[in-house]
Amino acid sequence: MTRLLPRLARGRANLVIGGSLVLLLALLAIFGPMLAPYDPLKLNLRAVLKAPSASHLFGADEFGRDVLSRLIYGARTTGWIALATVAIAVTLGLLFGIVAGFLRGWTDRILMILNDSLLAFPGLLLALFIMAISGASREALILALSVAYMPAVVRVARASVLSVREREYIEASRVMGNSELVTMVRHVLPNCMAPITVLATTMFGWVILSESALSFLGLGVPPPAPSWGNMLASGRPFITQAPYLLILPGLCISLTLLGINMLGDALRDWLDPKMQA
Amino acid sequence: MGRFLLGRLLQAVPTLIIVSAAIFFAMRLIPGDPASVMLGDLATPEQVEALRREMGLSGSLPSQYLTWLGHIFSGDFGKSISSGEHVLPLMLDRFAVSATIVVTAVVFAALIAVPAGMFAAWKQGSFADYGTVALSTLLLSIPSFWLGLMILLVFGMWLEWFPVIGYVSLGENFRQGVLFIFMPVLTLIMVELGPIVRMARASTIEVSRLEYITHARAKGLSESEVMWRHAFRNAFAPTWTLIGLILGGLLGGIAITETVFTIPGLGRLLVEAIYARDYPVVQGCILFISVIYVIVNLIVDMLYPLFDPKIAQ
Repeated sequence: MTRLLPRLARGRANLVIGGSLVLLLALLAIFGPMLAPYDPLKLNLRAVLKAPSASHLFGADEFGRDVLSRLIYGARTTGWIALATVAIAVTLGLLFGIVAGFLRGWTDRILMILNDSLLAFPGLLLALFIMAISGASREALILALSVAYMPAVVRVARASVLSVREREYIEASRVMGNSELVTMVRHVLPNCMAPITVLATTMFGWVILSESALSFLGLGVPPPAPSWGNMLASGRPFITQAPYLLILPGLCISLTLLGINMLGDALRDWLDPKMQA
Repeated sequence: MGRFLLGRLLQAVPTLIIVSAAIFFAMRLIPGDPASVMLGDLATPEQVEALRREMGLSGSLPSQYLTWLGHIFSGDFGKSISSGEHVLPLMLDRFAVSATIVVTAVVFAALIAVPAGMFAAWKQGSFADYGTVALSTLLLSIPSFWLGLMILLVFGMWLEWFPVIGYVSLGENFRQGVLFIFMPVLTLIMVELGPIVRMARASTIEVSRLEYITHARAKGLSESEVMWRHAFRNAFAPTWTLIGLILGGLLGGIAITETVFTIPGLGRLLVEAIYARDYPVVQGCILFISVIYVIVNLIVDMLYPLFDPKIAQ
């Protein structure tokens, strides 16, 4: 019983804390325009580098823009990019992974060689390279991150296809005269969903991290649009005068990642009892 | 065993070919003539023409690729547009800086995280375990660049314990060098503790459920003997692979930490070259870092049998 208690507490804590953090941030991102006290792009020369006060709760940046409003809009930017990236990476990854695992043979071999070569680059470096060639823009960023994170999905999808493709019900579907396509969509795809859900949750965190990192380097979301990463970059020269410009965006990134990581752990425990520890 | 090593070595060859081809063709996606892209905006038509000939641009794309590969193999990565320096020696200089920081950080992180993870697994379900996992999840959620900025703010700006800007190599002046790399190394150690602790913990738990561990306990061995003599070797294998991935990944992501602490490493060279559109340097750095990544993973895999007795036999 004494051993069971902390385990139960942990499972619950992951779900409750992680879930509420993610929900809170999602609400913040969705209802941002109604909540933000100021226009995040509006310059105000009288408020330049103003410390947190009643009129600007989290202070103002080097152009007098309200930091709280920029943080709220930053959640929108980051959330949108992460959603789009994960959606593209998962869709394409599932497609290639299932096709490779189901058809085997040369299709599989060629897809896997290409996939492994993408995996041969450190993820962030690949994204950095694509951004270097295409120049900083939101669309390029989504593309770069999707390319960098898709290979992991391909691997997981292919592995789960390989584990089910010899099962009787797949054979049964064929015998019933279903086409390969119908068999794949109806019977193979649902079996990949558990591991892919766990992966997609974790990946959401990776993408947010990479987006912030690239924006911090000036190779992600181009200013003046606010993203937590480029807010950190533009606040850097003012580290001594206005440390809140650096503390707050980083706190937002960390809290988001913490929420996602905890939720990911809870999902993993729930969907994959083998991993339960 | 020999076959395993040779097989793994041969696997790296197609990967390297595809990686180099991907970089070569991606560079061609930049709009404009490759020679003028390489030389930048200030080049004269004569210079562009000379480089076109040297790069073998008249031939077909595959033959251009082979010419390019030939240059790379003879160590000719071209010259930097902004400084005119040869790219390879420039990269090697900067790589020494990055490697010092990354390797030091990974060694310390592993020395702390592996015992911590195994201890947590050994005390599984206790509050010590719960605390270790919570702490590692927290560390996992803090981005390296922000952690770096906060360390810079507290130790560099407020406490003034360490110099905030610049770099002195360890070979030049060891004491000074340590002061300069302390904050970046600390940042990377903290960033990498999370994943290593979690992996070490998970694989130890998995191993400790196996029958031979129960058998060892039944033989009357003490808990610590069971852990060190039987569980450690098997539990360490997956962690070892992860440490290798982290080592390679850090080399790829070092640009961020080096930017925070203004350290003249390979990552910083790459980022500055991207800003300056110094394409020979960009291309060289990307190629260099990916090859290092492939080689690090290769070495890790080849040392794997040392830790996993199942493969060694």
